[in-house]
Amino acid sequence: MKLSIDSELCQGHNRCFALAPELVDVDDYGEAFVLNDGVVPDELRDKALLIIDNCPEFAISEVKS
Amino acid sequence: MLSPPATAPVDDWTTDYDIFDPEYVKDPTPVWKDLREGCPMARTDRRGIRSWLPTKYADVQALAKIVPELSSKDPLVVTLPPDMDVVDNSSGLNAPPISADPPEQIWTRRMILPAFAPRAVEAHREFTEDLCNRLIDGFIDDGRCDAAVDYAQQIPPRVIAHMLGFDPNKADDFTEWVRGVLELGLADPKIRVKYRDIIQNFLITEVTSRAKEPRDDYLSELLAMDIPEMKGREIQVVVGIANLLLIAGIDTTWSSIGSALYHFGTHPDDRRRLAADDALFPTALEEMLRYYSPVTMARMAQEDVPFGDIVIRDGEKVLMNFPGANHDEDAFEDADKVLIDRTRNRHIAFGSGIHRCAGSNLARLEMDVSVRTWFARIPEFEVSNPDAVTWAGGQVRGPRKLPMRF
Ligand code: HEM
Ligand code: SF4
Repeated sequence: MKLSIDSELCQGHNRCFALAPELVDVDDYGEAFVLNDGVVPDELRDKALLIIDNCPEFAISEVKS
Repeated sequence: MLSPPATAPVDDWTTDYDIFDPEYVKDPTPVWKDLREGCPMARTDRRGIRSWLPTKYADVQALAKIVPELSSKDPLVVTLPPDMDVVDNSSGLNAPPISADPPEQIWTRRMILPAFAPRAVEAHREFTEDLCNRLIDGFIDDGRCDAAVDYAQQIPPRVIAHMLGFDPNKADDFTEWVRGVLELGLADPKIRVKYRDIIQNFLITEVTSRAKEPRDDYLSELLAMDIPEMKGREIQVVVGIANLLLIAGIDTTWSSIGSALYHFGTHPDDRRRLAADDALFPTALEEMLRYYSPVTMARMAQEDVPFGDIVIRDGEKVLMNFPGANHDEDAFEDADKVLIDRTRNRHIAFGSGIHRCAGSNLARLEMDVSVRTWFARIPEFEVSNPDAVTWAGGQVRGPRKLPMRF
């Protein structure tokens, strides 16, 4: 599974970083970016789905290959 | 004493809604539910100006993105009469970025964001923990307190005073001033203008003294920032920002802490469950923010804005009903139920779009520390007289009297 964050949509609510610091980080302005090119280890799949569903800006999505 | 704006009874919520209606202030959820099903964009001509009330999550989300046609220049839910509006037509709020549109909104917001980033706000955790413990020390042996007045209300003004480098003994004044603008002042424009001026004058003194003689504190840091747009008017800009940080961080956070304690003081099952399982805190607090969202903002149309079946005309207001959106069944399963283990919670208590609460990480930290500390020290408690609980509503909704027994 692979995640991406649309930086045009992200407004820095910080829900993703609070829930899954293994998958994303935030910059000084609170804007989120994916770690590890967005690649999600299998054991963190549920967390990835969780942050997709908790982002108030609908900024996080799964990249379909 | 605070009293809400005088309000005539509402016959038809779709064409004559009133967010100051006493029943609505106590519990707005039944009204939202009716409106959402029948007329998701209600309107009113009360208080001098036509104003729209969306109740659907998707609508509030969409409206928050219509920038700058729906402008933030007048973000309070009640507009000042024109003859009293001496400060740049902005409800008397000189408070960028909340009272600004791009481009001013963007650079003022970027000035403050770093201090409120997730890791940066951790600097205030220890102070907040000490504060909460000291407050509890003050009443724990009594077996009772007013959890709104003696606890929730005491926390945000002290945290923000600490952050901005103000005398902590002024915290009670700050609370009074902010309520003068956001609560009392909604009913009575004279009061709003009075307290707005008190705050402005206080801040002008504080900021000017730092402009002359920089200190090792946050306001001095803001003054020293190298922002081309600010050159030559540093004092004015920093006074505006400080004004916002004071106003935006006090009533709001106090309300959300109070609402959480209200909930657990009236729902023993949820209280016991949370007391027994620390791991539930993150979802429980997000659920409190969703269910008891305190903040409603406003936008003013700068041109005719077609929206679905209606047109928001130039000069009309739209309420950013984030609390109502957070109860929409189309966006939340069992929206009218509190589920402290709700894991999928895309609530917008902190707004949506470019004005997303810049202080949300600090607000969440304050909530987390204050509710956890309360539970650690006072795991068993109940609201002693539910009928004695009073609520403020309008711009910011939350309990103002909350008698608690433990
Ligand atoms: C639980 C507590 C809080 C809630 C529910 C809340 C809610 C909100 C909401 C809904 C907005 C969006 C305004 C709009 O769309 O017009 C906002 C903006 C803002 N809030 Fe908060 N707030 C809280 C606490 C705080 C705190 C503690 C601070 C800082 C000390 C703060 C600072 C701000 C600022 C600076 C903005 C303006 C952002 C902008 O316009 O770009 N808030 N808040
Ligand atoms: S939850 Fe969404 S809006 Fe918030 S920081 Fe993460 S990606 Fe950005």
